[in-house]
Amino acid sequence: MIGMNMVTPPPDLAAISALQSKLVSALRPILPEYALLWEPEDTIPYECDGLAAYRRMPLAVALPETEEQVAQILKICFQMQIPVVPRGSGTGLSGGAMPISQGLVLSLAKLKKILSIDPFTRTAVVQPGVRNLAISEAVGHLGLYYAPDPSSQIACSIGGNVNENSGGVHCLKYGLTLHNVLRVRGVLMNGEIVEFGSLAPDSPGLDLLAIVMGSEGMLAVVTEVTVKLVAKPKLARVIMASFDDIEKGGNAVAAIIAAGIIPAGLEMMDKATTRAVEEFVHAGYDLDATAILLCESDGTPEEVAEEIERMTKVLEHAGATGIQISKDEAERLKFWSGRKNAFPAAGRIAADYYCMDGTIPRRHIATLLKRIQAMEVKYGLGCLNVFHAGDGNMHPLIMFNGADQEEWHRAEEFGTEILEACVELGGTITGEHGVGIEKINSMCVQFGEGERESFWGVKAAFDPEKLLNPDKAIPTLSRCAEYGRMRISGGNLPHPELERF
Amino acid sequence: MTAPDPIIANFREQILNAAENKTPLSIEGGGSKSWYGNSNHFTKLDTRTYSGILEYQPEELVITACAGTPLKDIEAVLKEKNQVLAFEPPHFGEHATFGGAIAAGLAGPGRISVGNFRDFVLGARILDGKGQDLAFGGKVMKNVAGYDVSRLLPGSMGTLALLLEASVKVLPKPAATATLRCQISQEQALRVLNEWAGQPLPLSASCWIGKNSTGDGELTIRLAGAAAAVKAAIPLIGSLVLAKEIDPASAEIFWNDLREQKLPSFANLAADQTLYRLALPAACGPLTLPNSSDNLVLEWHGQQRWIKATGDQVTFDAIKKIVSSHGGHTTRFRQGTAVDPSFERFTLLSEQAHSTALEAVQARLRAAFDPAGVFATKRLP
Repeated sequence: MIGMNMVTPPPDLAAISALQSKLVSALRPILPEYALLWEPEDTIPYECDGLAAYRRMPLAVALPETEEQVAQILKICFQMQIPVVPRGSGTGLSGGAMPISQGLVLSLAKLKKILSIDPFTRTAVVQPGVRNLAISEAVGHLGLYYAPDPSSQIACSIGGNVNENSGGVHCLKYGLTLHNVLRVRGVLMNGEIVEFGSLAPDSPGLDLLAIVMGSEGMLAVVTEVTVKLVAKPKLARVIMASFDDIEKGGNAVAAIIAAGIIPAGLEMMDKATTRAVEEFVHAGYDLDATAILLCESDGTPEEVAEEIERMTKVLEHAGATGIQISKDEAERLKFWSGRKNAFPAAGRIAADYYCMDGTIPRRHIATLLKRIQAMEVKYGLGCLNVFHAGDGNMHPLIMFNGADQEEWHRAEEFGTEILEACVELGGTITGEHGVGIEKINSMCVQFGEGERESFWGVKAAFDPEKLLNPDKAIPTLSRCAEYGRMRISGGNLPHPELERF
Repeated sequence: MTAPDPIIANFREQILNAAENKTPLSIEGGGSKSWYGNSNHFTKLDTRTYSGILEYQPEELVITACAGTPLKDIEAVLKEKNQVLAFEPPHFGEHATFGGAIAAGLAGPGRISVGNFRDFVLGARILDGKGQDLAFGGKVMKNVAGYDVSRLLPGSMGTLALLLEASVKVLPKPAATATLRCQISQEQALRVLNEWAGQPLPLSASCWIGKNSTGDGELTIRLAGAAAAVKAAIPLIGSLVLAKEIDPASAEIFWNDLREQKLPSFANLAADQTLYRLALPAACGPLTLPNSSDNLVLEWHGQQRWIKATGDQVTFDAIKKIVSSHGGHTTRFRQGTAVDPSFERFTLLSEQAHSTALEAVQARLRAAFDPAGVFATKRLP
């Protein structure tokens, strides 16, 4: 999607080549030939993840097929003090799996077996490379499914979901990955195999599973995940409501929640998005609406009928100018098709787009959308707004032409200003995509020095040598100081407490 | 940063003194759960001075309050807006505080259907062992910026940091509830509960109470959700296990007494007995435990079990071994007056499969937040 190369200055090539030979010969005895890549033509597919603007070539890529191999690889890298970047399906949108030039990429893609399914206890044990959707497909015949459904669920892996604490369209009602995983088995950087959580409702000691969730591959390498399965709802129906005003749409979201309803999904699209997706999917969206809300109910037929009626009343009262209720499953999927295809639709109308992921309190949705409108003018770039309104998780898609370096920088600035607005409105810079490499500077805005120092303490508790994906998610003090210097030209000093000159 | 609050400044001073004198602080709220966890005689730090609800916007489904706020005040404010702490934290005394409930991390009957305390924590403000005022997480449902430190606090028993404030997700009170009761064996209860949990039924809580040593007992289940869903499930479940609906007022008392351990099965703990808490996987069937009474109580579809048995070390070790072999863990929850108060109350990480290496991780994690051991009361090992 984004086309340019942002390679850091090349380090000493001879030294890298020597380190590469050393690493490859150390790993060769434990991996089959096809499972160890180091020639550039083989490793180039691994130079970036779903955030293609950030690329780097690794020393080598290892593709282990067993937990034992994962442990051996980590032990070897630990002894050699070579950093390791774990990688799932590579669909991440924040560069969390971007390689380190003098490090190894550890792909878990070949660990892709569903090990067991137990309908009685509603659990499945899967390897990290299993695709999110593959779990629901494997248990569908039992009337069960795995609830978290990130938009990339057809491709993204469960190991990646654990590391990002992924959400999805239905997490308002069914929770995040955190709420749907009972146990994670993994390997520490020193090669020790451990288990976080258990099949029991809690475990002895501190709740380490909670901190491993969403830890962006920096604390342990996931080798096995025990997920919770839930009963498939008998029925789902969706209301598509139009609003002639963003503010009214935002208020309708708050009104639904205030009425004591937790919809299975509650999504919003602005006019620009509606137009872009309608051209792509022809779902019959109201092109005159300033905002469209998709509000889903699921459960038993009786439950759904009751909830749809209550939601319709709230939406009407909130000033909806049009309301359509899906009559059958085909129509429900049609209503959702635009929302689900917002990204490819954006790809059709702009050369490149940059997807943001801030979360704000629901009551500020209209405020943020208006600020984004002003930013579109300021930066001279268009922005599509499509988001998980129910939990305030915004996904502004900034459109730009990646062939134009100056335009990309403007897009980056635009994105950074959106994230800073999210923090200012009491929210966060990332709701579900992770910090990765992309938002690492914005971490300097959201957290103070004390918090960032604590994060490094957490990291060191699991990985004292700081070898596991060490350049992601948590900025160093000097990085934040540098970022502060860069942004001083913008006027406001983000970190007045830091000494600068 | 805003002007330092004098109460927080006082907390900081206590922490810095404790760090300097190497004397741990035992954090306490209303003292309603002071019997829970390993005993200690360290100086107390009373959180009740820092009290009050800081922010509550019902449409955001979040409440933010100071650690010393009485838990009942929080529940009362939520009730006005028809919202609840869906995991139903036990109070175990009228002075229970918000912070104490978080530190204990315990949950009531609703836990099996909605999740644990940590599932609902969105953010926290703490003083670490260096007296640093730190904020993690936030007030929004989805937030993956930085490690999720605030979710480490529930169940940490004051051994990690001093909790100042927390933001917790709340939920609307279910539109309808109903409670059904039937006579059924333990084995059958465990089977039907797990079967129903895998179906689209509004099953919200369960409690099976043993009557005698033969495995007979009484099962009480709670349905909660949309009115239509509850209405449809009553005759269905009623016909499957010959269950009868009980009146809402008695039902409310029952679930409350279960949560607060005021049911007859919990009463009269003998001087030499201990009330053991067993946390078990869903797959675990009925267990035969040594030196135990017939007063068995099963909650959370069998995943939390309460049993009175002799409080000595040999019995604890024997129960632990059985429970751990099923993938669970055991806690000495309440001890009789004649049982040695210095006993370790919890199963250790080293006694669990694939957890030994985590002991070092846990020790380093604590040291990161508390290098001088200000909170090292060992209340939670």
